[in-house]
Amino acid sequence: MDGKTNNIVVDIKNVEFLYEDTEETGGSRVLKDVSLQVRRGEFLAVLGHNGSGKSTLAKHLNAILIPEKGKVMVEGLDTSDESLLFDIRQRVGMVFQNPDNQLVATIVEEDVAFAPENLGVPQKEIRERVDYALDAVNMTEYKDHAPHMLSGGQKQRIAIAGVLAMKPDVLVMDEPTAMLDPAGRREIMETVKKLNREEGMTVVMITHFMEEAAQADRVVVMDHGKILMEGTPREVFSRVDEIKKIGLDVPQATELMYLLKKSGLNFETDILSADECVNVIKDVYNAAKEAL
Amino acid sequence: MFKDITLGQYFPGHSFIHRLDPRTKILAVIIYITSIFCIKSFLGYAVLAAFTVLCVLSSKIPFKFVLKGLKPIMIFVIITAIFNLFLTDGKILVRWSFITITYEGVRLAIFMVLRLFFLVLGTSILTLTTSPIALTDGIEYLLSPLKKVGVPAHELAMMMTIALRFVPTLLEETDKIIKAQTARGADFESGNLINRAKAMIPILIPLFISAFRRADDLAVAMECRCYRGGENRTRLRELKMKKGDVFGWFALVCLVGLIVLANVAYGRINI
Ligand SMILES: Nc1ncnc2c1ncn2[C@@H]1O[C@H](COP(=O)(O)OP(=O)(O)O)[C@@H](O)[C@H]1O
Ligand SMILES: [Mg+2]
Repeated sequence: MDGKTNNIVVDIKNVEFLYEDTEETGGSRVLKDVSLQVRRGEFLAVLGHNGSGKSTLAKHLNAILIPEKGKVMVEGLDTSDESLLFDIRQRVGMVFQNPDNQLVATIVEEDVAFAPENLGVPQKEIRERVDYALDAVNMTEYKDHAPHMLSGGQKQRIAIAGVLAMKPDVLVMDEPTAMLDPAGRREIMETVKKLNREEGMTVVMITHFMEEAAQADRVVVMDHGKILMEGTPREVFSRVDEIKKIGLDVPQATELMYLLKKSGLNFETDILSADECVNVIKDVYNAAKEAL
Repeated sequence: MFKDITLGQYFPGHSFIHRLDPRTKILAVIIYITSIFCIKSFLGYAVLAAFTVLCVLSSKIPFKFVLKGLKPIMIFVIITAIFNLFLTDGKILVRWSFITITYEGVRLAIFMVLRLFFLVLGTSILTLTTSPIALTDGIEYLLSPLKKVGVPAHELAMMMTIALRFVPTLLEETDKIIKAQTARGADFESGNLINRAKAMIPILIPLFISAFRRADDLAVAMECRCYRGGENRTRLRELKMKKGDVFGWFALVCLVGLIVLANVAYGRINI
């Protein structure tokens, strides 16, 4: 492997996909010529309204689905090569929306051990991996609990620990916060950001919360099976009109700036957070005061 | 409404019985149940009762809690006792109009009651002192020699684990659906049996749909975590026989010996 490909963890090249059961999509393709590269160590957010093909794309990353045309390469491994199936799945940890439906065992610790057990990891190393994974999501003290006694956010953190125990190169999450309350959402975002910053974990996160996407390094917007926009959150969200046209929202702070600009005031829409928003308004206010 | 169901309930603890290897306990229960049906005399049941009491004492589980397991089978026990009491032929003890009670009938009725009680107590002690995970591990291990003749030992154990994992989730969901339907004016309490059964349909259908959905999701999640059946699988916790198990087996041999002696004695002196 040369140095260049080494910086790309997942390389999606011109992927086309159609489900066998085409009733829901009216016979049209769910993924249309999608190309995307996931870079090592980045936090990539994927946006798009329901049915735009996000989950379908995610399932291509670990060979749950195989492209009809085009290629998906994970660390240089082709997902269409069946002999590499488990090598690929071990490298791409996948977390889904409903935490209840991904936990297998009746004890937290046993659940986290599930993947390394499947991989045939020696007993002593399973122990180490379980301890590491539970620590990484800050759930060590719950290791003997039954999953159904935990909160949604805690369950989802256990699901994350369950895939971390595979020692994946990339963590793919399909709307992991969609079923959680605001406190649970915050827990998950903090956990994911910590993994990304401190452990250098590459993260691909599908979400429909714009505030979450705003915290990513890079945002991809999907629409009707195509990648419509791609760039830093600031670049993407400043294109407010285009985003609204496909039925998505922008972060609240951006929305405010957008409305102020629309009403004739001289504001830029490349604002993502409330803090930034306050600062910009303060500046304008002070400037206006001085001018008087 | 469903919170009270105690399906194969586990009573966490660290007693001698809790720490026994699950394989020891499963085999012990099999031997225990076999002996229930081999005992011929009250003396034998006295031995078994003493052994059972010792087990409960050393498990540090309150007697009351263990005996609670008998409650759901009470009706069954009473019916069995009545049938045996009135329908057994033999030496007549009481005769009153068309009712006859025989000496053999009384004896058999008491035996049947004792058998059912011990059956439930023995299995309760097993499930109360063994975590579901340990139980399924033990079953998987004990069934694994049968893999050669096509018994899917790993799959059976996996199914049991998943079932146990989803019992609370589905009960919670049932509760939620019942509340939602009640809020919409559904009535589950009144009417005759057929009406009540009909009232269950709006509960069962959403429950089934959601269960299939969950099964689908879980299958994908398991694949994502590299599940590929039992082959080459390692375990976080390997089963290991310890010193306590040796003592457990010794106690069991003593029990069987005493029961055999009691049976032999019965042949001679008839108690
Ligand atoms: N298993 C399936 N069989 C047939 N069609 C499907 C299946 N899963 C999803 N689809 C269809 O594919 C399209 C994209 O779905 P999905 O990838 O789940 O979108 P998103 O995750 O962005 O909401 C939708 O129109 C959906 O109806
Ligand atoms: Mg989706």
